[in-house]
Amino acid sequence: MSKAKQSKIANPYSYALVAPIAIIFTIFFVIPTLVSFFFSMTRWTLFDWEFVGFENFVQYFKEASLAIGFKNTLIYGVVTSGLKVVFGLVLAMLLTGRLRAKGFLRSVVYFPVLVSTIGVGFTFSILMDPNYGAINKGIVAFGKSIGWETYGPGWLVDPNLLPLFSVAFVDVWKGVGIATVLYMAGLASIPQEYYEALAVDGGGAWDKFRNITLPLVRPATAAVVILSFIGGLRSFDLIWAMTNGGPGFLSDVIASINYKQYQAGFYGLATAGNVILLFFVLAIVGPVYWFFNKKEKQA
Amino acid sequence: MKKFLHKYWIDFLAIPIGLFVFAAPFILIFLTASKNSKEAFQFNFEMPEKFLLWENIKTVLGTSDGVVIRAFINSTILTVVSVTLIVVVCSMAAFVFARRPGKLTNFANIMVLAGLVVPPAVVPTIWVLQRLHLFKTLQGLILIEVAYSAAFAILIYKGFIASIPKEIDEAAAMDGCTGFALWRRIIFPLLMPVNVTIIVTTSVAVFNDFTNPLYFLPGSDNATVQLTLFYFQSAYLTQYNLLFTDILLITIPPLIVFIIFNKKIVSGLTAGSVKG
Amino acid sequence: MMKRGIALALPLALIFGATVAAPSQAADTEITWLVDNGQANQDAANALIAAYEKANPGNKVTLVLRPGGTDGDNLVKTKLATGSMEDVFTYNSGSLFQALAPTKNLLDMTNEPFMKNVLSGFYPVVSAGKKVYGVPFGTASVGGILYNKKVYAKLKLKIPTTWAEFMANNKKIKAAGIDPVIQSYKETWTSQLFVLADYFNVQAAYPNFAADYTANKEKYAKNKVALRGFQYIEENKKLNYFNRDYASTTYAQALDKLALGQGAHYPMATWAIPQIAAQQPANLEDVGFFAQPGPKASVNGVTVWVPSGTYIPAATKNAAAAKKFVGWMTSAKAVDVMNGVEGFAGGPYYIKGANIPNALPGAVQDVMKYFAKNATAPALEFVSPIKGPNLEKILVEVGLGITTAAKAAAAYDADVVKQAKQLGLKGW
Repeated sequence: MSKAKQSKIANPYSYALVAPIAIIFTIFFVIPTLVSFFFSMTRWTLFDWEFVGFENFVQYFKEASLAIGFKNTLIYGVVTSGLKVVFGLVLAMLLTGRLRAKGFLRSVVYFPVLVSTIGVGFTFSILMDPNYGAINKGIVAFGKSIGWETYGPGWLVDPNLLPLFSVAFVDVWKGVGIATVLYMAGLASIPQEYYEALAVDGGGAWDKFRNITLPLVRPATAAVVILSFIGGLRSFDLIWAMTNGGPGFLSDVIASINYKQYQAGFYGLATAGNVILLFFVLAIVGPVYWFFNKKEKQA
Repeated sequence: MKKFLHKYWIDFLAIPIGLFVFAAPFILIFLTASKNSKEAFQFNFEMPEKFLLWENIKTVLGTSDGVVIRAFINSTILTVVSVTLIVVVCSMAAFVFARRPGKLTNFANIMVLAGLVVPPAVVPTIWVLQRLHLFKTLQGLILIEVAYSAAFAILIYKGFIASIPKEIDEAAAMDGCTGFALWRRIIFPLLMPVNVTIIVTTSVAVFNDFTNPLYFLPGSDNATVQLTLFYFQSAYLTQYNLLFTDILLITIPPLIVFIIFNKKIVSGLTAGSVKG
Repeated sequence: MMKRGIALALPLALIFGATVAAPSQAADTEITWLVDNGQANQDAANALIAAYEKANPGNKVTLVLRPGGTDGDNLVKTKLATGSMEDVFTYNSGSLFQALAPTKNLLDMTNEPFMKNVLSGFYPVVSAGKKVYGVPFGTASVGGILYNKKVYAKLKLKIPTTWAEFMANNKKIKAAGIDPVIQSYKETWTSQLFVLADYFNVQAAYPNFAADYTANKEKYAKNKVALRGFQYIEENKKLNYFNRDYASTTYAQALDKLALGQGAHYPMATWAIPQIAAQQPANLEDVGFFAQPGPKASVNGVTVWVPSGTYIPAATKNAAAAKKFVGWMTSAKAVDVMNGVEGFAGGPYYIKGANIPNALPGAVQDVMKYFAKNATAPALEFVSPIKGPNLEKILVEVGLGITTAAKAAAAYDADVVKQAKQLGLKGW
């Protein structure tokens, strides 16, 4: 297997070790991606194609049910990564502080990360059912007790952006554990002496946070933002399990729209949607990545 | 007494809130899975009149000729084989990338970045799989999972290998141990901590994967557990107790993984990732 | 070292080995049959298999289930495209059948002897290029309005024969504190009935609508009569006649509401009857049916959903055994078996000489009256290959008040362009 064995001064790090993954990655990732640029410009049945130029892309921007994906995807990405940063840091600080039940609560916070997304989606769909779900039943009961007549919000069915936000909330619930872990590692790397020095200078809790914690967890923040942003922009499973892109098209994101085109047999259109998603992610994550890299160099 | 409260007030607040937010949904799953279908329809947190969990499990496992059992077998094969492959081929490649700077390594870094960011082109992948007669086969899906997990795994491995002193390699190379043998005898054993991390995160990801089986392995005869759960929506129209029993069943493997590897997950994940 | 070798060998062996799949096919007399997993279809399929195997010892049929809805559509298409379809499969007829590329993927049945058992009225919906590719599975279903007889009796209402009468009834029902019209948008496909069931009235006014629609000459937005279906939804939403929880009600919950008298009307087709029989058997007879009324009482009839078809893929390795089974399904014995499944018969069969059971649910008897008068027309999807994938979601938008009927009709017209182009139709 290793050609380098032949001569003593040969490089011990044989490229043959790279071959297996290179082959698999090329065949099943690189080639489809390259080929997708061609097929995105065709009308395709998997067996024959007809070249149509940019017609698929134009359709994506023209048709309302397709174009809504851009707005929704961006909102979803921003909301989920923003909330994961905030809650992740708060939970991390809580779970590395004075809490005695640290170990137990860390497990509790992290466990949702490991559970099936479809299972979580179904469970929260039930909890969020506007009439029978526990959340609204609680709200109605609470309202009754203070004389406020309400049926509770239609978490997944209101004809506005609420369904999208509800799914985003569940996404954060499920994924905040990873953000918390990354932040815990970041916090652990801050030397205690810094805090003690600031305390000696008369700094309070807020000063400690603003001047020491926040700047020094920047690498963790960068990791959390970039990872959850990429994931959020490409998100499909949870949305599909909870709302199917509905009501109507109000919670459709690019990934779910692409799936629907594939379901309908519009393979060329679905592939074009994939190319669009690719550029969308690059266009948004690129500047974010550059922003954090720049600050890293400054810091 | 006041001192006791002062010391533990955060606990008194945090534990109930933490349980309420993070554990309540799982309690709902467990309770609903133990009810009969009429009670389950109420969607509440009340205790079931009769504890029917075992009966429900039997019903679910027997549905459609044991499709859930077949799905568990498929998911297990998928997870075990994919993860084994990933651990082996990705650590091999990461080893070379970490040690051997050069044009190939630069190119590889770009590929890793692409693998993390670029959304896979699904329909062209189906086209490729079909040409290789791998579409709708478990073998094809295994290779897909390996390809899609490669970027993350290589990233983590590379970071960790960088912390292994190069002297070790050089000492072994002088004894004539190079290439594959070097990796197998010297490096791989040293990777045990990060291996655990990769195994845990990748097996959970592959086991819980819904989108890829949906696209590349459609059909109920050789589905994975995520797919059978999804398809049960139309079969169990009014039997939410059975639906949630299935959710409970597919939560058990990750639960076992969690109980065993709880502490190691945190330490391994942070060892190589924050530096990026 | 040995351990690692084995560790590597095992996955490699598994990769090139077999997967765990459904039982493989052995002899010529063992075939597989793909059916969707709705309970009523499962029951009927199992009954048919049991009877067939009893009448033909040594012949085995294995039932394979698939999901319904768009996931099922997708599955059937990919199985055919990759040559991995079961020996026999049941699927919609009409425009969905056309989307399967039948001339390429299906076995021609035109000259099979059992075809003479099938009424010629069925041929158009399973034909392509002058060849016939399927036999009917089950009975026709009819779309219109299911209503609760007890509510009508209590409020002394008469069956409406015009839309105005229907809305007047709704007003009285609402005043009595009952939901006039049930909608169930949690399952978006149920939103389509007001539009699709109205086709009888459309084709009564424009007999050539289907042909013109297929040739890109007619549009829902342009044609006032076709637009009415969209406006009906809009009207009911504006007057607040839907059940309060309509945005999250499921199909099963809607049927419960109807049977128990919590709602008066449910625009639906008679394939719901077996489901009501399963869910609320005690109240089955409280449910009746009438045709969706139009503007004139003289034009009053029902839109018919032709039964699904059972087909054989061209790539099957068990053609003879498959044809034998499919042929048996057109026999009188098979009809008897299907009649034996509770509530399965929702209308007439498309099989010559087939009898309907005498003890029909009242709703189905209501339906048969329209057939006796010949006041029926097949739904648009059976006379035109074009049906856009987004109709149900667009209609949910109308029902929720997100968009207007006119805009929705225009959106749907734009939606079908994709389908027409994908099918390569002329004039688009």
